[in-house]
Order: sequence, then structure tokens, then C-alpha cells
Amino acid sequence: MDNLFNRKYTIQGLFIVIGLILLGTLFYIQVATDKYFISAESNVLRKIYTFPARGVIFDRNEKPLAQNEAVYDLMVIPNQVKKFDTAALCRIIDIDMDRFKRNFNKATAQSRYQPSIFERQLSIQVYATLSEQLSRFPGFFVQSRTIRHYPDSVAAHFLGYIKEVSPLDIQNSEGYYRSGDYIGKSGVEKSYETLLRGERGVVNMLYDARNVPKGSYAEGRFDTAAVSGDRLISSLDLKLQKLGEELMRNKVGSIVAIEPASGEILAFVSSPSYDPNLMVGRNQGNNYMELLKNPNRVFNIRPIQGYYSPGSSFKPLDALLGLQEGVIDPNTTFNCPGYFKVGGHTVKCEHVDGNIALRKGLARSCNTYACYVFQQLITQRKYPNQRVAYDAWQKKVKKFGLGEKLGIDLPSERNGRLYDAAYYSGKYSKYWNYGTVISLAIGQGEMDATPLQMANIMAIIANRGYYIKPHLVKAIGKNRVIKKEYVKKNYVDVEARHFEPVIDGMQDAVNAPWGTAIQSRIDGILMCGKTGTVQNPRGKNHSVFIGFAPRDNPKIAIAVIVENAGYGSTYAAPIASYIAEQYLRGQLPKNKLAQVEWMKKQVILPEPPKPKVKPKAKDKDSVTTVNPAPAQVTPNNTTTSTPIPPLK
Amino acid sequence: MINQQSSNRFFFNVDWITILIYVALCGIGFVNIYASIYNPEESTVFNFSTNYGKQLIFIITGLILGLSILLLDAKFFSIFSPIIYGITMLLLIVVLVVGRNVGGNQAWIPIGSFRLQPSELAKFGTALLLARYISSFNPKLNTLKPVLIAALIIVIPMCLIMLQPDAGSMLVFLSFMFPLYREGLPGYLLVIFWGMVLLFILNLFLAPWVLISSILAIGGLFIYFNKKKQQRMIMIGVITFAAIGYLFIAKVIFENVLQPHQRTRIELILGLKTDPRGAGYNVNQSKIAIGSGQLTGRGFLEGTQTKYGYVPEQSTDFIFSTIGEEWGFTGCFVVIALYLFLLLRVINLAERQRSSFSRVYGYCVACIIFFHVFINIGMTIGIIPVIGIPLPFISYGGSSLWSFTVLLFIFLKLDSNRMGFI
Repeated sequence: MDNLFNRKYTIQGLFIVIGLILLGTLFYIQVATDKYFISAESNVLRKIYTFPARGVIFDRNEKPLAQNEAVYDLMVIPNQVKKFDTAALCRIIDIDMDRFKRNFNKATAQSRYQPSIFERQLSIQVYATLSEQLSRFPGFFVQSRTIRHYPDSVAAHFLGYIKEVSPLDIQNSEGYYRSGDYIGKSGVEKSYETLLRGERGVVNMLYDARNVPKGSYAEGRFDTAAVSGDRLISSLDLKLQKLGEELMRNKVGSIVAIEPASGEILAFVSSPSYDPNLMVGRNQGNNYMELLKNPNRVFNIRPIQGYYSPGSSFKPLDALLGLQEGVIDPNTTFNCPGYFKVGGHTVKCEHVDGNIALRKGLARSCNTYACYVFQQLITQRKYPNQRVAYDAWQKKVKKFGLGEKLGIDLPSERNGRLYDAAYYSGKYSKYWNYGTVISLAIGQGEMDATPLQMANIMAIIANRGYYIKPHLVKAIGKNRVIKKEYVKKNYVDVEARHFEPVIDGMQDAVNAPWGTAIQSRIDGILMCGKTGTVQNPRGKNHSVFIGFAPRDNPKIAIAVIVENAGYGSTYAAPIASYIAEQYLRGQLPKNKLAQVEWMKKQVILPEPPKPKVKPKAKDKDSVTTVNPAPAQVTPNNTTTSTPIPPLK
Repeated sequence: MINQQSSNRFFFNVDWITILIYVALCGIGFVNIYASIYNPEESTVFNFSTNYGKQLIFIITGLILGLSILLLDAKFFSIFSPIIYGITMLLLIVVLVVGRNVGGNQAWIPIGSFRLQPSELAKFGTALLLARYISSFNPKLNTLKPVLIAALIIVIPMCLIMLQPDAGSMLVFLSFMFPLYREGLPGYLLVIFWGMVLLFILNLFLAPWVLISSILAIGGLFIYFNKKKQQRMIMIGVITFAAIGYLFIAKVIFENVLQPHQRTRIELILGLKTDPRGAGYNVNQSKIAIGSGQLTGRGFLEGTQTKYGYVPEQSTDFIFSTIGEEWGFTGCFVVIALYLFLLLRVINLAERQRSSFSRVYGYCVACIIFFHVFINIGMTIGIIPVIGIPLPFISYGGSSLWSFTVLLFIFLKLDSNRMGFI
């Protein structure tokens, strides 16, 4: 019996051991790991995000360029879906059965118990039909959000576009963005993303096991309201922008117009362009792929990315630097025999001008004159050698904003091209002089500028010696903040008095009978400018015009480039004159409307690309520049129609 | 005067510590049932039509029932045990005829607004008869016939319950093995039985050839160490082959006898399947609720999993998850400590009995409660398959509470009378 009595301890021992096993397991799941605690939170807590409206973008007169439109995402919680008429749903939201299955599987893969987007961006019409019948589709509900709408379909390159964030964006944002968010991918939408996007609102909700909301978490202490994005007032003038885009239709090139006193960009045309509304909505991806097929690269932002030799439009700089350095005065004359020859290099001039001084030299765009000034600048006695002199020259040119980004408030601006002496010393091993780089005098050779930089040079001349960084947004938010860098004056270290003779020359170019752009003269407005015909190694010359108006107290500085359109006077100059007149007068005179319509209809597109041949000509220094004789040149064969109707 | 004296002596003899633990557990039960049902959106006015209101009635009537048992003559239970056993068996048959089918089990007899669960009553019916058999006949449990008789007493209710079918309640009857062990049932029988259970589980886990070869290897080793003793060698050989044969039978039982949901539950516990949204949902949610309580719990009525209904059957079989979430490890520790204390106390009380009837009955009480606690808490924390049996004194439900009360108070009555003869 003793033996049996001891069995009490076996049984009690068993109780204790089992008790300890239970306690040990409990200790593990309650104290040692917080895995279950986290699971419990995710069981009950749902973050419901409210999407803020993106900031609206206005033109300078506060007409909307980009606004918001409500769309409706159809959401689904897969485990709440019961049997329903799938065909009916497909019909209402206009998708096929395959897509339905794909969407549903995708949503299920994301989460069976949390809502995910089933079909995005339904229009209000679809939403109206759907919401009446939504009760037929258990587990589905609609969430509204806003997408962009561009009422005038203009300024696509300025505005850019927004797109759903990529996994990379999410990663780079350090957790700010969440799958399904939208982000500015280019243009102002990208550069002002943090201001435009606003702040997401979040409501922390508790849900019970049947997915019924049970009120807010911690009395809403961690909830925030959505704050819509800051509004932006752009410097663009909607009317001007529209006119510019119409004029550049079916052409390749840019128009940049700047208000010189403020650096505000009035028109920012990049052609070919596209309707920004194509980059919105459910067909965004398809439209994007379609636009990519255009051989003229629709998504190039030519005003800040296109590289062009400034050509003759560089000549005012020669004169300005010559005057400032004192190597010439307004009356200094040089003899033009029709060419300028130095060493082995010959720069041809279109006409034999004989003895020519500054004013006429600029008006007639005399290459010889420009080369002489350049020669004088580089061979100044005060420099130990020409290489040092060249560096001094290059630095002064850079002050005008060439060869470096101007710092516009758009992403992806390019530098342009202007080399220092060390580059040429490397290339020519010290045995080089002004003659080697003489093409630079006439804005050719190893020099490239963006249309924005060209327009900015005009703003500098219009301002008589300074510029404000060109920018596209003039006021941010309710308080109309403007970035400090966009009010600062940048001086180019050329005295104001030296500008007048140069401006005289530019005035004559447009207004004197011997000027290169006399055809584009505007009655009653003294426009100053400079044509350029820029050699294009890949095809026909580019037509360029830069200028500003009116001469006194200028309101608009402008650069127009029409690729492959030949002489500057035939296309670029008239386009610039229309833009200037439209801006200064608020409208175009009736007698010009026919010309304007004619211009809009011109089709100047490059020939289909040939097999790529590496362009050599551009890097050669001895370049012949063909300057236009004014008047009746019929442009190239791709131009479809009649000559420009004669001016009054 | 005499009356008062006798009643004084009567109450003096009752083990108040056990009653205190009993009341404490019932109180814990009430508080946590209240929390499980608590809905912050509804009025908090106390209401007897709610489950916590009903539970309060059950507790009070249970106490009255318990105290009235204390007033009965101790001899009553011994004398009437065959009749009580008979009545409970009859009820087990009646339930098969008139019972209400709830969740696939025909386990309830509806009486008015309450439901009677005969399988609960069968537990103390069986315990009483078992105690009576051993105390009256003083059988030698290491011989075949008494073991068969004792087994018969246990197996009859098991079979009847299996017809409902209610595997959970049926398994509880295995706890009677321990009182029998205390009374002389050879230990090796227990070892063989639990060895079979272990093999059954391993059989699901491991590939047959692994299991068979390891059984052969172990058998071989034993034979090698006993090579001088021929008789033992033969016996080991027989056991080895019996074990292998058992494997095949077990496989057949598992695949053909168990119901699909039971199979799934076992497979889930063993990690052969993972399905947190399907059959494993209850256990997974229960574990999450308990685990989220951490050391000190979220506080009374603060458990989010409890409040928002994430744990199914929370006031009944999964009541422990409420304790775990709202009171944390501390609360769980207190509850388990109370149970352990109660069990050890009951065993100690049983051992001080002069009558073997009281002793055997005491062991039965302790082991039934132990089985319930172990299986119930084990399933809420996922170390035992989901077997739907209540947590004694704590889970919601009149049948369960009353039958545990009766079970315990009969023993307290027997104990208070330990000096007398039964």
C-alpha cells in the first residue's frame, strides 16, 4: 500500500509539470515575443487615408492651367465579396471578364481583408450608374480621389504629368509614398511636388471581426485631416502660350518669352507638344507609349534641353564685350571684303560690306565685323597670352548665362556648351590662338545654348546689364511667396551705357531697310532683335530669332527657334513678332490674322531619320555661315505652301 | 442549541479554502464573460437576459446547489451511486432521441429556456460508481477482471457520448485512468496507452518507413541488451511487431473513423497544415488575443480582440483568451496557480480520507478538472487540437458550471464527513 500511496506524488507531479508547460507557453507568446501583439494591432486597426487635392496651377492672370477633377476608384474587399452578377459589373465599368479576373486576383493577392483598388479612375458618369447598383455587388465600394484636368490643353512641357508611384519612388521617399499614390514625374508637377501634393489625411479606425468600423482609435488623437496642396501661380500667359503653341504646330522648335524686369517666363513652347490630358486617366500608359513613337521626341523639353549654336544671335555679345573692354567704340570701323581670314581659317560673310561700324554691323549681321571684335578682345596686350585672354573672355560670356544652367524651376535643364582655354589647350596642345576658335565670334563652333539661354541674353540686353533667373512660378500658395533666387539681380558687368549702341544695331535689324528682319517689323512698336540661321549638321538650317520689345522699358524678351526652317527671317522672326505684338497689345491687328493663320498651317518637319551618321561638321571651326538676304526666299521642300504674304 | 452546535461543527469541517478558490474562479469567470460580451455601443445597464446576467444566476444557483449538497447525508452518494450512474446513462440515451442538434453535436436536452448537457452529469455519475465499485469490492486492479469492470464503467458513457458525437467530452473520461492508477492499475498500462497516443501522433508526422525502421531499431536494441533473457526477448519482439501493426490500424482510424474537421484540427496543431483563415482561425485569433495581453494585459474591457469579436466562442470555450488579453501573463499566472492549488489541495484532501470511496472520488474530481483545464487552456494557446470542452467554473454555461459545482461539492461533503463511516 505504501507503494500506491506514493502514486499521489506521480499524479501531483504530473499536474505541476503540465501547469508549468502551460505557463511556459504563455510566457513565450505573451512576454517573450511581440509578434502576437503586432498581429492584434493589425487585426483591429485600419488606417483610412484621405487624399488631398493637388494644388491648382494658374497662369499669370490666374486662369487655371491645371485643376482637379473627381474620379472614382472602385475598391474591393475580397473576403466580403459574395456571389453576384459579374457580367453586370463588367458591363457597367466597361471591362471584359479577363480583366475582371485579373483585377480580382490582384486584389486578393494584396489582401483578402483589406480594401484594394479593383478598377481605377472611373468617370463620374460611370460612377453615377454604378452607385445606384452598388448594393448588388457586396464587397465593392467606391472611393473618390482627384486627378488632373487641363482645361486648355496647353503648356504640357511646363506642367509635366503625374503618375502612380513606382516601387523605386516609394523606396526613395523613405516611406512617405504608398502604393497607389500619385507623384509628379516631370515639369512643374515634379519640381514643386512637395508643395503641390499637399498632406494626406489619415483616420485610424478600429474594425471588428466582421469588418464593421467601431469608431476611431484613441479618440482620434493620431488622426489628421487632408491638407490640399499649395496653389501655384505660374508666370505663363495663357493666351500667349496658346498662340505660341498654335504657331509652332507641325514644326519642331521652341519659343521662350521672358518679362525682362522680373525674369518671369511668359511663354514656354516646346514643339512638338501633346495634350496634357492624354497623360491623365486610365489610358495614360497607352497614350504615353503612343507619344514615344513620335520621331521628333515629344517629351524633349526643347527650351531647356535643346542645344543650338546661337549663331548670329551671339553677335551682340561680341559688341558689348568689345565696348566694355574698350577695344572698340561705336564708331570703330572694320573692312569687310566678304570674308574674314586668319591663318588657315576663313569665315565667309554673306555680303561685302566694306567699311562697317557697330550699328550697321549688327543690323546686317556682318560676320567680318564680329570676327574683328573677337580678334581685338583676344589679342589685348594686358593679357600675357591669348589663352589667358580667352579664359577672361569665356568668363565674361558665362556671366550672360551661357554654358551653365540658368536655374529655372523645372527639372532636367541642360548646361549648354562653352569651353575654357584648358579644353582647347588639351585639344590643340597649346598651339592655338583666336584664329583656331574664330567660329565662336559668330556663335558657331563649340558653343551651344538652349533657347532659354538665348532668350535670357535678350532679357539682359533689354535690362541694360542684368537678369533675374528666368522662372515659371511667380507665386506659391495663399501668401504668394516667391523664391528668393528669383528676385535677385544678376549683373553681367557691362556698363549700361554700352548697351545703347548695341541696341541701336538690333533696332535696325528689325526696323531699318537694310536690317535682316525688316519683314517682321511691328507698326508702332520698336522691336529690337537679331536673326540667326544656324547651321545644322543633320539637315536644313535652323531658323532663329531673338529680340525684345519695345526698345524703351522693354516688356518682353524672346527667343524663337524653328528647326530645319532655313533663314531666321522667314519663320522665327515673324513668329516672334506675333508673340510680341500679342503680348504688348493684348491682341493681334486684324490685318495680320491672315499671316498668323498661314504660319499656323505651315508644316516643317524634318525628313524621316536616315541611318545615323556621326555629325562632324559641328566641331569644325571653320564654318561658313550663310546669312539671309532679306525677303522672298521660299523655304525648303518640306514647307507646303506659298511664300509669306508681303507686309504692309 | 444542538442544532446550532451541529451546524457549527458541520461548517467547521468543510474545507473553506477550496470553497474560496471555487468562488474566486467563478468570480473570474463572471468578470471575463462580462468583458467578452461587453459591447461599448450598447447600454451598460446590468441585464439578466444577457449571458453575463445568466451566468450570475448560474453562479448563485450553483452555490445554492452546492450548499444544499453539503446538507445531504454523505452516505447518500455512496448508496445511490449506481442509481445516479444509471440516471445519467439514461439521460445520455435520451439526448440521442430528443436532443437538440447544435453545431453538429446532439448534446443538449432543452428544458425551458435552459439546456441540459447530460455528458456533464455523466462525469460525476461515472466518478461515483467507480468510487463505489472500488470501495465496495476492493478489487485488485492488476488482475484482468477488475480492470475490465472498471473499464466498462468508463467506456459505456464514452460510447454513448461518441454517438452524439462529442469527442471533447468523451476524451475527458480518459482522466479516470489516473484514479485507477492510484488504486493499483499497473503503470505499464498507462505507459502503453500513452505510448499508443504518441505513436498515433508520430504516425501522422513521419513517413511510415522512418517510423517502422526506428521502431525496429529500438526493439533491436532492447533485444540486444536482454539477449540473456529469452522470455523478455520474445516479449520485446511481440511488442515491436504489435507497435508496427498498430501504426497501420492507427492510419486507418485516422483516415476513416475521425471526422474531417477533427482530422484537420489535429493536422493543424501538428503543423502539417497551415490555414490561419480556415480551420486554424479560432486558434490563431485566440493566440493573438492572448499574446497581445503581454505582461500586464490591456485592462478590463480594454481588450480590442475581445471587444470586437475577433475570437469566436469567446465566452464559452475560448474564455481564456479574454483573460489572456485583458489581464496579461499576470492574470493567466493567477488563474493557473489557482487551478494548480485547487488540484493539489483536492488530492491532499483525498489522501486524508478514511474511506476509499471518498478517496477515489476525490481523485476523480481532481483528474476531471485537470483534464478540462489542460485541454482547454492548451487549445487556446495552440498546443492541443481544438477540442470543445469548457474551462471549469469560468466558461459560460449553466450545465457545465452546475456539474462542476456538484462534482466538487459532493467531494467537499464527503471530506467534511471524513471521520464518519460511509
